[in-house]
Amino acid sequence: MAVKVIIPTPLRQYTEKKDSVEVEGQTVEEVLRNLTARYNDLQRHLYSEEGKLRSFVNIYRNDEDIRYLERERTAVKENDVLSIVPSIAGGFGPLSPEAWLSIAGGLERD
Amino acid sequence: MAIELPQQQIERIREHGQETYPNECCGVLLGKEQDGRKVVLEILPLKNARDDSPRNRFLILPEDILHSDREARRRGLEIVGFYHSHPDHPARPSEFDREHAWPWYTYLILAVEKGHPKELTAWLLSDGRSFFPEEMRIAGDGNTKQISSTPSGSSSAATL
Repeated sequence: MAVKVIIPTPLRQYTEKKDSVEVEGQTVEEVLRNLTARYNDLQRHLYSEEGKLRSFVNIYRNDEDIRYLERERTAVKENDVLSIVPSIAGGFGPLSPEAWLSIAGGLERD
Repeated sequence: MAIELPQQQIERIREHGQETYPNECCGVLLGKEQDGRKVVLEILPLKNARDDSPRNRFLILPEDILHSDREARRRGLEIVGFYHSHPDHPARPSEFDREHAWPWYTYLILAVEKGHPKELTAWLLSDGRSFFPEEMRIAGDGNTKQISSTPSGSSSAATL
């Protein structure tokens, strides 16, 4: 079963300029693995060297962030649309003491 | 690829950096890809979502990206990049910027020293996930200001 994956502008250079592609899979993880197998250059932008989805890569199943579903184990069915949505982060230097406290409390997003 | 900005939008970015000092400002660049260059037509200043470390971190949430993208399409434009400020820090991308960067998008960085906006520089992420300077032009005046890096890595960026 194939679902539609919406490709954001910065990644279209790796998908033959396509803004969406049909990819087979039963879960988000399967779909993304099949997507990166077809377009190898997507791998390093979507996944870290440890093979985990990068923290600033957000996947939506239809209008829902998969973080609030079952993350990469989230099931997909025919006519579902997966969107790859960037979050943008940056800055410089060490974190503030408040941010370290957030990390200690498991609240850090990045 | 080069990026072209109207002076008016450059001034808005500088004012935003001044307003939010000593915290980082951030926003979205809306425009078009045209003849092999990106042309910025509007900017969307956004609230920095990093409440825990706003002096040296910024975050634009995915829902803000979705909203900005819809707004861009409504105007017949697309998101071509982002800007943020480095309060009391050079206008050069940090390792943290690099780790979190996307290809293709332009990253504008504004240095703000003691509350005063200074250098504005433009950067792109390479296929190998390292930053390199992007040529930046002021739209309409035909004046091209090339940003270059020396071998030591120090930047002689154009001050716009």
